Amino acid sequence: MFGKLTLQAIPFDQPIIMGTCLVIIFGILAILGLITYKRKWSWLWTEWLTTVDHKRIGIMYTLLAMVMLLRGFSDAIMMRSQQALASGNAHGFLPPEHYDQIFSAHGTIMIFFMAMPFVVGLMNFVVPLQIGARDVAFPVLNSVSFWLTAAGALLINISLGVGEFARTGWLAYPPLSELPFSPGVGVDYYLWSLQISGVGTLLSGVNLVTTILKLRTPGMTLSKMPVFSWTALAANMLIVAAFPVLTATFSMLLLDRYLGMHFFSNDGGGNPMMYINLIWTWGHPEVYILILPAFGVFSEVIATFSRKPLFGYRSMVVATMSITLLAFTTWLHHFFTMGSGADVNGFFGITTMVIAIPTGVKIFNWLFTIYGGRVRFTSPVLWTIGFMVTFTIGGMTGVLMAVPPADFVLHNSLFLIAHFHNVIIGGVVFGCFAGLTYWFPKAFGFRLHEGLGKAAFWFWFVGFYLAFMPLYALGFMGMTRRMNHYDDPAWLPYILVAECGAVCILIGILLQIAQLVWSIRNRDQLSTDARDPWDGRTLEWSTTSPPPVYNFALLPKVEALDAYWEAKQSVDASPNLAYESIDIPKNSALGFVVAFFAVIGGFGMIWHIWWMGILALLAFFMLVAWRSWDEHDEYELTTADVVRLERTSLHSI
Amino acid sequence: MSVDVATLDSHPEEDHVLPTRQHITGFGFYIYLLSDGILFAALFAAFAVLRGATDGGPDSHALFSARNALIETACLLTSSFTCGMAMLACDRRNRIMTLVGFLVTAALGVMFITLEVREFSDLIARGAGPDRSAFLSSFFTLVSTHGIHVTCGLIWLMVLLAQFLGRGFTSAMVRRFLCFSLFWHVLDVVWIAIFTFVYLIGGYL
Amino acid sequence: MTNQLHDPRRENRYTPGLETRGSHGSWRGYVIGYVLAILLTIAAFAIAPAKNMAPFSIEAALVVLAVAQMLVHLIFFLHISTAPEQKTNILAFTATMLIIGIVVIGSLWIMSHLASNMMPMDRVMNMQR
Repeated sequence: MFGKLTLQAIPFDQPIIMGTCLVIIFGILAILGLITYKRKWSWLWTEWLTTVDHKRIGIMYTLLAMVMLLRGFSDAIMMRSQQALASGNAHGFLPPEHYDQIFSAHGTIMIFFMAMPFVVGLMNFVVPLQIGARDVAFPVLNSVSFWLTAAGALLINISLGVGEFARTGWLAYPPLSELPFSPGVGVDYYLWSLQISGVGTLLSGVNLVTTILKLRTPGMTLSKMPVFSWTALAANMLIVAAFPVLTATFSMLLLDRYLGMHFFSNDGGGNPMMYINLIWTWGHPEVYILILPAFGVFSEVIATFSRKPLFGYRSMVVATMSITLLAFTTWLHHFFTMGSGADVNGFFGITTMVIAIPTGVKIFNWLFTIYGGRVRFTSPVLWTIGFMVTFTIGGMTGVLMAVPPADFVLHNSLFLIAHFHNVIIGGVVFGCFAGLTYWFPKAFGFRLHEGLGKAAFWFWFVGFYLAFMPLYALGFMGMTRRMNHYDDPAWLPYILVAECGAVCILIGILLQIAQLVWSIRNRDQLSTDARDPWDGRTLEWSTTSPPPVYNFALLPKVEALDAYWEAKQSVDASPNLAYESIDIPKNSALGFVVAFFAVIGGFGMIWHIWWMGILALLAFFMLVAWRSWDEHDEYELTTADVVRLERTSLHSI
Repeated sequence: MSVDVATLDSHPEEDHVLPTRQHITGFGFYIYLLSDGILFAALFAAFAVLRGATDGGPDSHALFSARNALIETACLLTSSFTCGMAMLACDRRNRIMTLVGFLVTAALGVMFITLEVREFSDLIARGAGPDRSAFLSSFFTLVSTHGIHVTCGLIWLMVLLAQFLGRGFTSAMVRRFLCFSLFWHVLDVVWIAIFTFVYLIGGYL
Repeated sequence: MTNQLHDPRRENRYTPGLETRGSHGSWRGYVIGYVLAILLTIAAFAIAPAKNMAPFSIEAALVVLAVAQMLVHLIFFLHISTAPEQKTNILAFTATMLIIGIVVIGSLWIMSHLASNMMPMDRVMNMQR
C-alpha cells in the first residue's frame, strides 16, 4: 500500500537530523500561523501563489535561492567542522554514511536550488523590463516553471526527515548510483527532484529565448539591447540546448534503477562511463548558464557606476556568443583521467583554454570601462571588483587544470574543489549579490542599507579567501575531495584556516539577513529616489519602483543603446500620452497545483508507491487539459484604468 | 560563432507592432521542439555507443523486422500528410475537412502505436526485453520515447478535437492546431532518423 | 499581451509551420513532399539489404537519403525556407543541428577511444569475483 515507506524511514535515532527537522517544522508552523493571524491567506494566494507576473515570479525565485543558500551553507559548515575535527585518531561527529549525504546534498542544493534559481530569478525580473516588454512570452508557463523548481527543492528537503539522501556526490555517478550499490531511496530522491525541477528550467529557457527574440520593444534591435539581456539570451539558449541531455541521462539512470535496464550497470553490457560523458555534456554548459548572466550583471553595474557606457559593446556580445558555442566543446575536461587517451584529452584541453580567451576579453572590457570613469564605490561595485579579482584567480587555476597532465595530478583533489568554488562563488554568487543589491530598489521601492551591505561583502570576500586558498595548498599536498577523515596531521592547520573562512562567510550571511530586516523595517526612509537610485542607463530604471503590473503603459520607443540614458539626456517637454487599453494575463493556479501533484508523484515514485505516482501523473494531464478549456486568459485594463494608474504613480514619485 | 552583430537586426516588425500571439506561441513551441530534438540526440548517442553491448544476447540483426518498420513508416508519413491536409482545411475554415483530416491522422497514429507495441511485446516474449542487455535497453528507450511522444500527441489531438467540436475556429484553436501540426511533423522527422539508424543500419549492417 | 484583436488569417509570414502568403498555401507542396518522401523511404528500404555494396557505402547512402527526407519534411511540411523573415528560425535550427552533431559525434569519438583503451567491462567484473 505504501511501497517501501515505513515509519523506519524517519531517522529517529539521529539527533542532529531530528533537531533540524523540528526547527524546520516549527519554523513552517510559525509562518503558517503568522499568515493566519494576519488573515493574509487570500492575499498570499492572489498576489504570490497564483501570480503570472514575471516580477513577482523573479522575486520568488530569488527568495527560494536565498532560503536554499542557508540550507546548502549549513551543509558546508558541517563539512568544514567535520574535517576540522577528524584528524588522525579523532573521527569527528559525522560518520561516513552521513557525511556522504551531506556533501551530496551540499552540491546538489547549491547548484540546482541556489545558483540556478538566483540567476533565473534575476533574469526573470530584469529582462522584460530591460527590453521594454510587458511580461515574458508565456506568463503562465513562467509560473509553472517556478513552482516546479520549488517542488524539486521541497522534495530534496523532505529527504532530510523521511528516508535519506544520495551518497553519491552531486552528480550521482554509476555504478555507485545503481541499485546494487545504492539500494535505498537516496538516489531516487535526487533523480526525481532534479527531473521535476529540470522540466521547469527547460520551459523557462524556452520562455526567455522567445521573449528576448520576439518581444523587444519596437526600435530595440538586437544591437541596441543591453548586455545583461544578451547574456540572458545566451544562458537561456544554453538551457534549451543542454537540459534535454540532463533529462535523457537521468531518465536512463532511472530506467536502470526502476526497470532493471542496463545503460550504466556493471553487468548486461552497461557502460558507466557513458553516464559520465553525457552528464558532463550537460554539466559544462550548466556552469556557463550560471556565469553568463553574472557577467551581464557586472557589465550593467560597472557601466552605471563608472558613469560611462560599457567599453566594447560589440566585442562583449561577440565574446558572449563565442562562449555560448564553445561551452559545448569542452566537457571532457571533467574526466581527463577516465581514459580516452591523449588525442581526445589534447583536443578538449585546447578547447578549454580557448574558452578563456573571450572571457579575458570581457575582463579587459570591464577594466576599460572603469578606466576614465568616475567610479562610485557602492556595494554592487564592491561585489563586482571582488569578482574581477577572485574570478581571475579561479579562471587561472582552471586553465592550469586544462592541461591534461596537470589534471592527472589534481583531478578530484581539493585543488579542484578550490577552483570551482573560486569561480562559482567569485563569479556566480558575487554576481547574484551584486544584481540583488543593484535591482532591489526597482523591485521593492526602497534601497537596501548600504553600510550593512558593504560589511557583508567584506566578510564574504575575506571569508572566501580564508576558506578556499588553503584548499589549493591541500590539493597540492595530496588531499582528495569528500574526505570524512584523514591521517596526515600536516593538513590540519590549513583545514582550521578554512574553518575560520567558513565562519567569516557565516557572519557575512548573517549581515545580509540583518540588512534585509533593517531595510524592510526602515523602508520609508530608504524609499527616496528608489525609482532610479543609481542614475541608471537602461530601460528598467524608467519605470516606477516597483513597476506597475503592465511595466510600461506605452511601449518605449528605442533609438540607441543605453536607451534610458539617451532619453534622460533629451528631456521631452510634452511626452506623447496617448494611452490605450492593455490586456493583462489573468492569475493562474496551474503552476502551484501542478507542482503540488509533482511533489506527490515524485514522492510516490521514490517510495515505490505506484498508485500515488500514477494518480499524480493522471492529475497532471487532467489539469493541463482542463485549464486549456478556458481560452479567456487575459483581462482588459481599460484606457481609463491605465490613465488612472499612471497618474497615481506619477504623483507618488 | 563570430556573429556580426549588425546582421542580427532580424527584426521583421518594421511596422512597429509586436508579433501576434500566434507567432509568439508558434515560435516558442518551435524552440521547445528543437530542445526535444536534443533529447533524442542524447538517446541516439547512447544507442550508438551501446549498439554492440549485447552481453551475449540477441543483436539487432536477429531482432529487427524491416517489413514492420516499413509499415510503421508508411503510417506515420501518411499521417503527416493528412495532418497537412487538415491544416489546409483549417486555413480555409472548413470544419468537416479539418475534422476528417485530423481523425485520419489520429487513426494512422494509433495504427503506428499498435504495430510498435506488438513488436515490443513480441521481443519481450522472446526474452529480448529492455533488461536483457545495454543494447536492448537503449533500443527500447529510444524507440519508446518516440512512441510516448506520439501517444501524448494522440491524447492531445483528442482533447483538441473535443474542444473544436464545441467552439470551432477560435484563434486559440487555430494556434493550438498549429502547434500540434509542428509537433506531429517533427515526430516524423525523428522517425526518419530512427528507421534509418536503428532498423536499417542496425538491422542490416 | 497586446491590445489588438488579431484576425487569425492575417498572421505573420514567418511563424514556423506557416507558409509564406500567410496561410498553409496549397495542396501542391504537401503532395510533392509526400511523394518525394515515399520515394526516399522506398529507396532506403531497398538499398539497405543490398549485398553487392560495401557496408560503408550503404551506410553513407542511407544517411544521405535520411537527411534528404528530413529536408523534404522541413521544406514541404514545416515550410521552413530561406526567406529573410525566417532568418531566426533557420539560425535556431542550424544551431540545434550543430549541438546535436557535437553531442552525438563527440560522444562516439570519446567513447570509442575509451573502449580501445580500457579493459572490457565483463573482464572487470570477472576480476571482482
